[in-house]
Amino acid sequence: MAVQTLCCETSNQIDAIIERRGADPDSLIEILHAVQEEIGYLPCEVQEYVADRLGIAPGAVEGVVSFYSFFTTVPRGRHTVKVCQGTACYVRGGKRLLEAVSKHCGCGVGETSADMRFSLDVVRCVGACGLSPVMTVGDDVYERVKPTRVAEILAKYE
Amino acid sequence: MSQVNITINGQTVAAEAGMTVLQAAQAAGIRIPTLCYHPDLPAQGACRVCLVEIEGERVLQPSCTFKVREGMCVHTRSPRVRKARRTVVELLLSDHPSDCTACARNGTCELQSLAEELGIREVRVKAEPPGHEVDDSSFSVIRDPDKCVLCRRCIETCTVIQSVSGLRIKGRGYDSVVGAAFDLPLGSALCVNCGQCINRCPTGALTEKSHIGAVWAALEDPDTFTVVQTAPAVRVALGEALGMDPGKIVTGKMVAALRALGFDRVFDTDFTADLTIMEEGYELIHRVTTGGVLPQLTSCSPGWIKFIEHFYPDLLPNVSSCKSPQQMFGALAKTYFAQEAGVDPAKMRVVSIMPCTAKKFEAARPEMNDSGYQDVDYVLTTRELAQMIREIGIDFETLEESGFDDPLGQSTGAAVIFGATGGVMEAALRTAYEVITNEKLEDIDIHAVRGMQGVKEATVQVGNLELKAAVAHGLANARQLLDRVARGEGGYHFIEIMACPGGCLGGGGQPIPTSMEIRKSRAAAIYQADRDLPIRRSHENPSIQAIYEKFLGKPLSEKSHHLLHTKYTPRTRRANQVATRE
Ligand code: SF4
Ligand code: SF4
Ligand code: SF4
Ligand code: FES
Ligand code: FES
Repeated sequence: MAVQTLCCETSNQIDAIIERRGADPDSLIEILHAVQEEIGYLPCEVQEYVADRLGIAPGAVEGVVSFYSFFTTVPRGRHTVKVCQGTACYVRGGKRLLEAVSKHCGCGVGETSADMRFSLDVVRCVGACGLSPVMTVGDDVYERVKPTRVAEILAKYE
Repeated sequence: MSQVNITINGQTVAAEAGMTVLQAAQAAGIRIPTLCYHPDLPAQGACRVCLVEIEGERVLQPSCTFKVREGMCVHTRSPRVRKARRTVVELLLSDHPSDCTACARNGTCELQSLAEELGIREVRVKAEPPGHEVDDSSFSVIRDPDKCVLCRRCIETCTVIQSVSGLRIKGRGYDSVVGAAFDLPLGSALCVNCGQCINRCPTGALTEKSHIGAVWAALEDPDTFTVVQTAPAVRVALGEALGMDPGKIVTGKMVAALRALGFDRVFDTDFTADLTIMEEGYELIHRVTTGGVLPQLTSCSPGWIKFIEHFYPDLLPNVSSCKSPQQMFGALAKTYFAQEAGVDPAKMRVVSIMPCTAKKFEAARPEMNDSGYQDVDYVLTTRELAQMIREIGIDFETLEESGFDDPLGQSTGAAVIFGATGGVMEAALRTAYEVITNEKLEDIDIHAVRGMQGVKEATVQVGNLELKAAVAHGLANARQLLDRVARGEGGYHFIEIMACPGGCLGGGGQPIPTSMEIRKSRAAAIYQADRDLPIRRSHENPSIQAIYEKFLGKPLSEKSHHLLHTKYTPRTRRANQVATRE
């Protein structure tokens, strides 16, 4: 993987954020949070730029980014689809449901569809085990989802 | 230091305030098994192998991070501790590949010996190893993440001791993996190849890129003429990897073993260390007398060279243009020696025995072919040499001693001390003083530059010049010193830097384990070897005088420049990129 250089617009945005919060390694999480709000995701060139500005190693930034599931290194789609892979859902068709969603979106877990509509994630139990298998799109929860219903559900989201 | 009284297993133990329970136990001779703890590094508390029971504490505590308190009652042998420790080790083994028999660390692995010590015969939970690929992209370091126990010693080493900070842990739990930032293969990541991480890795997750197979092939090919050179620090450490105590000088046995392996000539890197002193000493005199760039920085440690190329490219004009002794040797073996001995350099293979993994990278640098061939073909670490000696069943301890061959085998005490931090400086001062002043230096033991202090300074009156010298070992110490130089402070003339703690004797290719105590024994042996040698000043080495007479002319001659000097490559801090020059 080649490490790219940032375009100056992005680096200006990051500079402004660091300006506001101070170039303090102790504020790393807050800074990354703000950068992700603004740019949408944290690709490695952004992580490296932040590391440089804070005077810390790129690996230290990457360690934090990879530890918190909140951070993402790929652009996010407009809607986040989460398919439950908890025990109850898994044994009652959750795995097939995940396959169907992945096929429909044309992307794997942790990835975003090419048209930027959906990002696909998995969760381990959302507390609706009685109604498994479960998937969520944004804040909407769908229960007892058969793989055949996936197209119809996702059609509602542009 | 105030004293604290605690009891361990009912025995009263006096500890110092601020000590950890582990340190107190060790001081009292009570063994607590550990895994992530390494005496050179800050304690991590990552592996939980060192758990102990402390009265009043609800849960078991890691003794490597828990501090002693007055009146504390510690149990290291209670049923709870014993069971928890077994469980921890079993969990570590649960997803570990079970191929010890084909592992480079078979016999020196701390996980293996822990399992043996605890008598683990069955692992109750079994999981698949994560299935990471082996990363063999680097010239020096191989990563096998499936064998990693996530102890973080390598990360701490690379960060705290070397200030390269090239390694990190990514992800969480079962998915965690240790490697270079952004999953770059180590060969294209920010890494100076020092191998200090290998030396502190408890398992086979980090090992050197082995040249053993290639060296056997050269030795066993009747048409190949094999020449070997041995670095100064190998002779005081090789014995450790062959069952001897640290601090033994095994020069003669090492030479005999190399002959038994089948090398056609056994030469000494110490010879080119003496030559380095001549070239580098004259370069210093030249810089001082002609207003050249100062301070002059030494250039014999390839880990250090890559470090300055990445982090301080602006200071590259300060670095001596001298090649390292290894590379000077290679260039001369395939020219001067080939000529003298009537050997076709195309059929010659030059092998180095080095305490260092960065030497493998150095030998492969594209510019290191001034003889018309790759100057040094293969580099074996001290550990790899020991392995080869054992493979063919040489009984090292009873081996009859042998001496180096001529003309690249004669050396002085000044060369052998290259292996210890401060040694190059001391050797250079011994020669520079006498060349500049034309007087004999009475006391040639320059104690101010010896010892394990991170940064050392000395001022030596040389004629009418008050020469200011500094020495640093370990790249975090080097960084401190360089930051001062970059700010124009210090007023130094000459600075010696070695990438590894203690100098080459603590190199990344040296026997495992290496600790402060072991480094000190190796250093003591090096200074003993210096005292034992009849000649202790490089310029008095008759073979050095001969090579100048017969071949090189004089120091810094055109021929010297062609064969013995080199150029450096400015790089960026981003990965391994080479800086683009305008
Ligand atoms: S790292 Fe240690 S335990 Fe793992 S395979 Fe190698 S020798 Fe065995
Ligand atoms: S070889 Fe040295 S620089 Fe490279 S990862 Fe290991 S400790 Fe860091
Ligand atoms: S590579 Fe070795 S030193 Fe580094 S974390 Fe893994 S086991 Fe520990
Ligand atoms: S397992 Fe899916 S909701 Fe609980
Ligand atoms: S040795 Fe103490 S936690 Fe690893």
